Amino acid sequence: MPVLWLVLIILGLAALGFIMGRQRALKSAGGDSRKLHSLPNYYGANVALSVLVPSFGVLIVWLLAQPMLIDRAVSAMIPPELIPENTTTGLVMSDVRRVAEGLDVAVEKGAMSASEANSVRSEFTDLRARLGDVGVALGQDVRPEVLRAAQRYRTLNATGNMALTIVICLVAVAGFINALRHCTAEYRARNVVERAILVILMAAASIAILSTIGIVLSMLFESVNFFGLHRWTDFFFGTTWAPNFRGDSELSILPLLWGTLYISFIALLVAVPVGLFAAIYLSEYAGSKTRSFAKPLLEILAGIPTIVYGLFALLTVGPLLVKVFGQGDNGLLGVEWMSGATSVLTAGIVMGIMLIPFVSSLSDDIINAVPQSMRDGSLGLGATKSETIRQVVVPAALPGIVGAILLAASRAIGETMIVVMGAGAIAKFSVNPLESMTTITTRIVSQLTGDGDFASPETLVAFALGLTLFVLTLGLNVLALYIVRKYREQYE
Amino acid sequence: MTDTSHSSAVPTSSLYAHDARTKKRNAAEARFKAYGMVAIAIGLIMLVTLMVTIFGKGLGAFQQTFITMNVELLESKLDKSGTRDLEKIKKVSTFGYAPIIKGAFQTTVDAEGIETALKTKDMAKLLSKSAASQLRDFVIENPDKIGTTVEFRFLANSRVDGYLKGRVTRDSIANDKNITSAQLDFVDQLRAAGVLFKTFNIDFIIGADASDQRPEAAGIGVAMMGSLFMMLVVLALALPIGVAASMYLEEFAPQNIWTDIIEVNISNLAAVPSIVFGILGLAVFINYMHLPQSAPLVGGLVLTLMTLPTIIISTRASLKSVPPSIRDAALGVGASKMQSVFHHVLPLAAPGILTGTIIGLAQALGETAPLLLIGMIGFIASNAPTSIGEGLLSPNSAMPAQIYEWAKRADPAFYERAWGGIIILLLFLVTMNTIAVILRRRFERRW
Repeated sequence: MPVLWLVLIILGLAALGFIMGRQRALKSAGGDSRKLHSLPNYYGANVALSVLVPSFGVLIVWLLAQPMLIDRAVSAMIPPELIPENTTTGLVMSDVRRVAEGLDVAVEKGAMSASEANSVRSEFTDLRARLGDVGVALGQDVRPEVLRAAQRYRTLNATGNMALTIVICLVAVAGFINALRHCTAEYRARNVVERAILVILMAAASIAILSTIGIVLSMLFESVNFFGLHRWTDFFFGTTWAPNFRGDSELSILPLLWGTLYISFIALLVAVPVGLFAAIYLSEYAGSKTRSFAKPLLEILAGIPTIVYGLFALLTVGPLLVKVFGQGDNGLLGVEWMSGATSVLTAGIVMGIMLIPFVSSLSDDIINAVPQSMRDGSLGLGATKSETIRQVVVPAALPGIVGAILLAASRAIGETMIVVMGAGAIAKFSVNPLESMTTITTRIVSQLTGDGDFASPETLVAFALGLTLFVLTLGLNVLALYIVRKYREQYE
Repeated sequence: MTDTSHSSAVPTSSLYAHDARTKKRNAAEARFKAYGMVAIAIGLIMLVTLMVTIFGKGLGAFQQTFITMNVELLESKLDKSGTRDLEKIKKVSTFGYAPIIKGAFQTTVDAEGIETALKTKDMAKLLSKSAASQLRDFVIENPDKIGTTVEFRFLANSRVDGYLKGRVTRDSIANDKNITSAQLDFVDQLRAAGVLFKTFNIDFIIGADASDQRPEAAGIGVAMMGSLFMMLVVLALALPIGVAASMYLEEFAPQNIWTDIIEVNISNLAAVPSIVFGILGLAVFINYMHLPQSAPLVGGLVLTLMTLPTIIISTRASLKSVPPSIRDAALGVGASKMQSVFHHVLPLAAPGILTGTIIGLAQALGETAPLLLIGMIGFIASNAPTSIGEGLLSPNSAMPAQIYEWAKRADPAFYERAWGGIIILLLFLVTMNTIAVILRRRFERRW
């Protein structure tokens, strides 16, 4: 793995630089560290940083840019008539990559010499069979254009990696020598090092921004591809979700949105009353003993991974609901309303349990923030405790509580594992909570797992769904913050 | 004069007796308080139900039914040439071993004096399908044992195991092709003779996943390795980046729009659904950068991005809790700003940072949804990685993904394993959170 070696080389050079820079600086001051401008370690750090920072910077940029440039160069080689109707170059490119990887494996296993891999022609050799011998399965016979593109891809990659190694080594050595020259007593090493560290810290803080940009861009690009293949009116305003991998799918978000909102609604129906009353009881009635015992226990519910809730929904709550509402005469109610364990109610109840601590601990904080003087005033006027809570404390805390509920709703909408395992897979508009329905997150998972190719609208729709989900939850969060800020009562 | 005023002050009711309105108000008060108690009770009951379900259904996975027997490793079947040449021994496939096991089973039954009408073929069906390969692996590893008799402990198949655990009953197997009630009678006989027994199964914890057909052999060990490598990646990336970012925001950042944008961004990232990070990982790391699918490295990168906001938020809180007097004192004796932060503030905030990191890691350990999208499900995690590079780059599963995988399979025997996997996962989470709490209690300083 060449990149790993490069990293090791850079790190080794940096360590060497640290030691040498330190010694050189000390020597230039005649061994008396008091004559140096900065502490000796700063001179060492200066050399190490001027090896590390530029070479890692180049490495990262190079690794990000190389695939893009090579893809562009290679996809220009693919003649347009090779690209099947209704797809993009992406499909052919993935063929190219698969062939290139196959050739790599073949060379690695010694089934093919390196020069042969570069010159072999599919017109004369049955490449599919030869690659099959080394364990690389290709779906179809290799077309000559694809093979040539794959060979070009390999050579470009090899050249790129070679160039990368050379450039990185040059950059590292240049930084090393340049910084070593500066190891003199007058050099202000500390100032330079501290400025460099500040830049590093700033870069780390910007990663948060980068990942947001990454999220938005990655979904936006693929969504644009999707809307190029599929009408956006159908996506946003259609009424049927019927993906069909032979094409001609009806992909509309509305039934999914309905399922998502319905399940979230039931979850909130469970979580909000329970969570809110739990918070009120804990902050207004409970003694410190009950509080210190019940609060952490409730919060355990929030720390349990969602896969556990998913399993709980699928294997415990679902069958239990079937026993109550289904099974005809064998069931508890003697009715036949529910056939399978997955349903809106199953997922909703379990998700509600998960959200209880979320609502309760957020509301608890907010209720505690209402000043005691307001309670005292109300109690002094003769109100009972519950009247004080209902008419004074809760109204004062309402913006915060609404914010907490909106945050819980955003969690519910974005929740995946519980609905994947508990809600079912049928997209439809129905108000019966005992039927199984599907949600946005469930469909994202099912469209993106398995062997979908990334050029068909059936796969790309997942990105459009993801973008919608992202916008939806972001909107809810921003709204929650806005409500909290705008309507918060200011108390002294 | 006084008489009139006296007569008008006759009380209509006693102060000690509540009037109707007070009674109503007091009842409302009691009701309101009861609602609160019911809410707490519901929450706690849910927790207890969840725990009882998990442990009730999962503990069985730690025990497995085994059948012991003495197997004579016949030279005539395993090494016809008699040269102990490994290449030749390897040519005997698991089919070649099946008759040896059948023979051994029959001998054991005869030796124990068990009388049964079952044919040897049907007896051998009680064993796991992995028995033959277990025997073959042993022979290939110890070719010198050929010709001797060795005691073996074979896994019983999942139906037998379910029978001993109460999952499979004579009623439930009415339509089951894989086992008959005559075989169950035979199992009872074997059990009475002590040949067949249920005992602790270490392979569930350290072993590899097995195919659909052999739930009895499936283990979570390899997936645990996958999780471990992912956590290493998360720790190696999220901790330094998170600490650096929070140091910048808390100590150095000027009050300007850029800082505001970063702060809003971080709080929004903390609320982005985890599946969106999975989409990001798929689009950027796999489709664009062509990192291998299902690799713990990719999983680790995705989880890093997901945990970063958590770590940043908790690190900032603990940096904030270090009093300004520390910084002022450091600056006062001539330290630079950078030195005051690195030499004084950071060490004092370290326990808080560590606590936040452990909690963030625990969160990442239990996360499943993004792993589904980067392909950490859908294959059998059968080979433990042998080196760090392989551990990071070769396909693997992770604990929660493995649990999901088991929950999807058709055989109910896998459900028990899913619950068992959850127990192990929860043990890890509890341990991590306990360490975090202890760290906080032990080192937290109140200024």
